[in-house]
Amino acid sequence: MCCREFQRSFGPQNARQDDKTEIKMADEYKSTMAAVDRAPVIEPGHTFGTVTEKISAIVLTRPASNGWFVGFGIAFMLTMMLLYAIGYLVLKGTGIWGVTIPIGWGFAIVNFVWWIGIGHAGTLISAILLLLRQSWRNSINRFAEAMTLFAVACAGIFPAVHVGRPWLAYWFFPIPNTMGVWPQFRSPLMWDVFAVSTYATISALFWFVGLIPDLATLRDRTENPILKIAYGMLSLGWRGSARHWHRYETMYLLLAGLATPLVLSVHTVVSFDFAVGIVPGWHTTIFPPYFVAGAIYSGFAMVLMLAIPIRKIYGLEDFITDRHLQNSAKVMLATGLIVGYGYMIEAFMGWYGGDRYDAFTLWNRLHGPYAIPYYMLLICNIFIPQVLWIKKLRTSPVALFFISGVILVGMWLERFIIVVVSLQRDFLTSSWGMYYPTRWDWMTYIGTIGMFLMLMFLFLRILPAISIFEMRTLLPEAEVKE
Amino acid sequence: MKRDPIYGIMAEFDSAQALVDAAHTTHQAGYQKIDAYSPFPIEGLAEEIGFHFDEIPLTVLIGGIVGGLTGYLMQYWMSAVDYPLNIGGKPYHSWPAFIIITFEMTILFAGISAVLGMLAFNGLPMPYHPVFNVPRFSSASKDRFFLIVFSSDKKYDPAGTRKFLEALSPRSVSEVPS
Repeated sequence: MCCREFQRSFGPQNARQDDKTEIKMADEYKSTMAAVDRAPVIEPGHTFGTVTEKISAIVLTRPASNGWFVGFGIAFMLTMMLLYAIGYLVLKGTGIWGVTIPIGWGFAIVNFVWWIGIGHAGTLISAILLLLRQSWRNSINRFAEAMTLFAVACAGIFPAVHVGRPWLAYWFFPIPNTMGVWPQFRSPLMWDVFAVSTYATISALFWFVGLIPDLATLRDRTENPILKIAYGMLSLGWRGSARHWHRYETMYLLLAGLATPLVLSVHTVVSFDFAVGIVPGWHTTIFPPYFVAGAIYSGFAMVLMLAIPIRKIYGLEDFITDRHLQNSAKVMLATGLIVGYGYMIEAFMGWYGGDRYDAFTLWNRLHGPYAIPYYMLLICNIFIPQVLWIKKLRTSPVALFFISGVILVGMWLERFIIVVVSLQRDFLTSSWGMYYPTRWDWMTYIGTIGMFLMLMFLFLRILPAISIFEMRTLLPEAEVKE
Repeated sequence: MKRDPIYGIMAEFDSAQALVDAAHTTHQAGYQKIDAYSPFPIEGLAEEIGFHFDEIPLTVLIGGIVGGLTGYLMQYWMSAVDYPLNIGGKPYHSWPAFIIITFEMTILFAGISAVLGMLAFNGLPMPYHPVFNVPRFSSASKDRFFLIVFSSDKKYDPAGTRKFLEALSPRSVSEVPS
């Protein structure tokens, strides 16, 4: 087929050729050449029917395996542990955590930034890659969006509970109250409230409207009358009219166009929480781009850690092919290098900038009490991921799974270093201190991982993990000539 | 009001291409009130059945403008009018600090109006619709393509329209009870 296209592009042509056809030829040539050394986005032999059946069967006909129950059970217990930890926190206050002066921002902020960052890859895949017409995104966007939503839910817990009196967390929002006072809009923390809540809302909308046509498919496929009503209600009576599709596609494209600057703004604003403060180690202009790159870096690592087992367990290798793994690995490699550049500039500015407090922060990172986490961070985020240059490792699911795990650890350490090490040695030696997370800190953190996994387990069984209608558009039969 | 017991006549096709061609022929033949159903968006199909004005971009623009104004004016009113507080000697109306929330509110309102606008103009949610009465229509969300001529169309007549649709070589033709 490639050869035929090639001939069509470069075979005998009419002498009359305007620029337009030349550009088209060049494009065709490029796409033909690119297709040669790339694995397909969807394995050949599928039809509209088989794609539909294969993806909807996971939800409708396949019984839940023992493995699913074990996994879900563990995740559920961890979620209960999270509720216990939060319940105790509400009872006792933030004193049960390791936070003290000078380190007032401990695990809560570290985990908040880590989770929010993980969410970013989902929006990158669903919105930015849609605008860039990267059709390979179609098979991973659905669960990447779900991942975003669940990660943002986990992230949202931390700022809500770390304020000490979580029942007053509504003070974050400009809601009239008896004191008559309004939030302080000049503070980056307020910007963060708006950025994160907008992000959560738009991500949820994007995910839900993406699901509507597939919910209609499930409504039409299921034989269980209760499920039929449930999916029927959720699909809002979608019937696939051409007019509806037209508005739907316009809406989807516009939503993607809105989500793109939004996702870039969210981690930028998160970085402002630090960069606007005058604390050495935080007060730097490189933070916004390097936070965004780091977010996408950790997010793709999480996408791979989820996609690799899911495609194996549910036999979805036809839809999530080696090409998806490879492309994700390349994104990680690129964003990882940006993050590496960020570390380099931070260190360089500490040394070259001439500010003695900045210089001391650098020295403290390299030789202070938290030097070991700092070196581990460099190993996890900068050195180990360089093996992704090797094609063999980039296409090996097992290797990618472990490298992604390493990156997730590395990105967590990065936030730990930024939050804790910058604060622990204050301007005056009399106010130096150490940060020791307590068991409640760990229970809350591990609990959110459990909650994230529990939601993921439920999602896989209740909703189609791959966008069915977008997969249909990838098939050659979907092409229409005027 | 007396309702026609027949909502329309529906033809089923095997491929996206067949549906687009059939929609084109039907529209050319002078049928105005027609609709096409497919399991995925088909480029150009809406234009073939005479859909030309998409309201969504304008809706989103209006939503975005309203959101931006809401965001900015809210901050201005709260910080400079209703309860002015001196924070670090900064002006009450510190516009550069207000930009981020203005931006976020623009995106929030524009995004919500995109989704609600799409649903409203599409007349959704609508759990019941006459086309669902056709048993074969359940494949419209899987691998089949449907074209319907509504009985409210001026050119519609039960026998003639049926004959016309049958001439388009569909897989089947069925009446849709309303």
